[in-house]
Amino acid sequence: MSQVEVAPTVPPAQTTGRYGLSGLLRSEWTKLLTVRSTTWSLGLVLVLGVGLGALATAETRAHWADMSFVERLTFDATRQSLVGVFFAQLVIGVLGVLVMSAEYGTGTIRASLAAAPRRPLLLAAKSLVFAAVSLVVSEVVAFVAYFLGQALLSAPAPHTTLSSPGALRAVVGSGVYLCLLGLIGLGLATIIRHTAGAIGAFVGILLVLPLIIAPLPHSISDRIERYLPANIGTSVVSAHAGGLSLSPWAGIAVLCAYAAAALVIGGIVLVRSDA
Amino acid sequence: MIEARELTKRYGAKVAVDELSFDVRPGVVTGFLGPNGSGKSTTMRMIMGLDAPDAGSVSVNGQRYHDLAWPLREVGALLEARAIHPGRSARAHLRMLAETNKIPPQRIEEVLELVGLSEVAGRRAGKFSLGMGQRLGIAAALLGDPGVLLFDEPVNGLDPDGIRWVRNLLKSLARDGRTVFVSSHLMSEMALTADEVIVIGKGRLITQQRIDELVTMSAQRYVSVRSPAIDRLAAALMARGATLQREEDGSIAVRGLEASEIGEIAANGGFVLHELAPHTASLEEAYMELTDESVEYRGAIGTGAERR
Repeated sequence: MSQVEVAPTVPPAQTTGRYGLSGLLRSEWTKLLTVRSTTWSLGLVLVLGVGLGALATAETRAHWADMSFVERLTFDATRQSLVGVFFAQLVIGVLGVLVMSAEYGTGTIRASLAAAPRRPLLLAAKSLVFAAVSLVVSEVVAFVAYFLGQALLSAPAPHTTLSSPGALRAVVGSGVYLCLLGLIGLGLATIIRHTAGAIGAFVGILLVLPLIIAPLPHSISDRIERYLPANIGTSVVSAHAGGLSLSPWAGIAVLCAYAAAALVIGGIVLVRSDA
Repeated sequence: MIEARELTKRYGAKVAVDELSFDVRPGVVTGFLGPNGSGKSTTMRMIMGLDAPDAGSVSVNGQRYHDLAWPLREVGALLEARAIHPGRSARAHLRMLAETNKIPPQRIEEVLELVGLSEVAGRRAGKFSLGMGQRLGIAAALLGDPGVLLFDEPVNGLDPDGIRWVRNLLKSLARDGRTVFVSSHLMSEMALTADEVIVIGKGRLITQQRIDELVTMSAQRYVSVRSPAIDRLAAALMARGATLQREEDGSIAVRGLEASEIGEIAANGGFVLHELAPHTASLEEAYMELTDESVEYRGAIGTGAERR
């Protein structure tokens, strides 16, 4: 092997113009689909989202006769079929974290930035591809969980259809909610750049923050709690809005703002720090 | 062509790269030498735009790396052995890189063939040996058929066959007229590969010159002389400007004169010679001498250079 032939046998296709979003989107798509963690996580989102909703609804029907009058009155069949969302949200958040933190953990970020030195463009491509994939999967999970759950809620338990008040909005909203939490995870990972730290921050915001705020005086906690992602989630998956919470679409708008803030701060960190 | 101008990088109080200026020209293999921790990797990362310099600038083909239209088609780099997700196959790694710069898919198979990884390209990169990982990194560097190539310690983890392969690869890349910049802390490796070397120590430029010149100007180059009339011979040699040093074994190390000149001086003066042996410095010695901290030592090189 003393003589090495390095030049390509096929002439390069592109010599004018500049690398850009279209190539980066394709590259991020390849990145996402060629690691096992993606398949695993999305599979788990499906199993948890659909499976736990099915368990919960089957359980309700089995015990409907034993339920109190108040329990029956406040029963929300739509929400019951979508409870899996509260477990799936942890998995999709972790996947959002991994999509970015794995680049730092494995050193791939240097190869990625060498190929595409305009860093905000890389983050945009990564976020868009992850958002698209997680939205499609989340909507599939929400619709399958809803239909399966309602089918399991046969008489005497009441069930809803998509034309019932708030039902379609709750199902579609659940998918959007999951996708936005994934993007928050991605944004946190871009800021923190470490898998464990970013997962810690994500779980902290979702599960620990409510525990810290709950013991505060009501005058304060009532005003803050409605802005917590977990409370927004409860509002989104319910067909009927609760008293103190934000309306579902207002909640989604707030979550969009959180995700945008995390990604913008992440983008600033990405541009300013050494890779 | 790579042009660095007063490139400076600090980490807190520590200066990693200190006003470093150099040019790396196309058509030759340029070695980038320095002890571990001397700032080689930091410099390479600044060339690639991965680390931002605190002062100074560096350009590739006259442009900042950030502004390149098709980065992978202009610059290929092997920065670290592992810049690869262990769960991704070698082929998928190259595919995601190729897609960013719209490099045709056939090229992926070509570079896999070139580095000898075609057979294992579907396997997860995490299962690769150090050497295979290094070959994959080289495949990634060659992907865009770039005119400028950077290799940071490319022979790390390679077996002797692999080392020879990399050596030939670097030389053939340079023969194609490409700019080849390769770092190493091993002078012996550079001696066999590089045409020119840039030597740094503690982030500062020590020298940039042709590798053969580096050996010639070393203070380690001297002529060992023995003579029964050593005192009178020494006086005659010093009169011609030589520097003398008495060795432990009774011989005298003469610097600043060639063996032939010493022989003629001895013959003219009628001095008997028992030994007249030129010692050439190895590149390793020349390098050690350059990167040594001692100021006195560096002074000695200075006078040697002036004499030539």
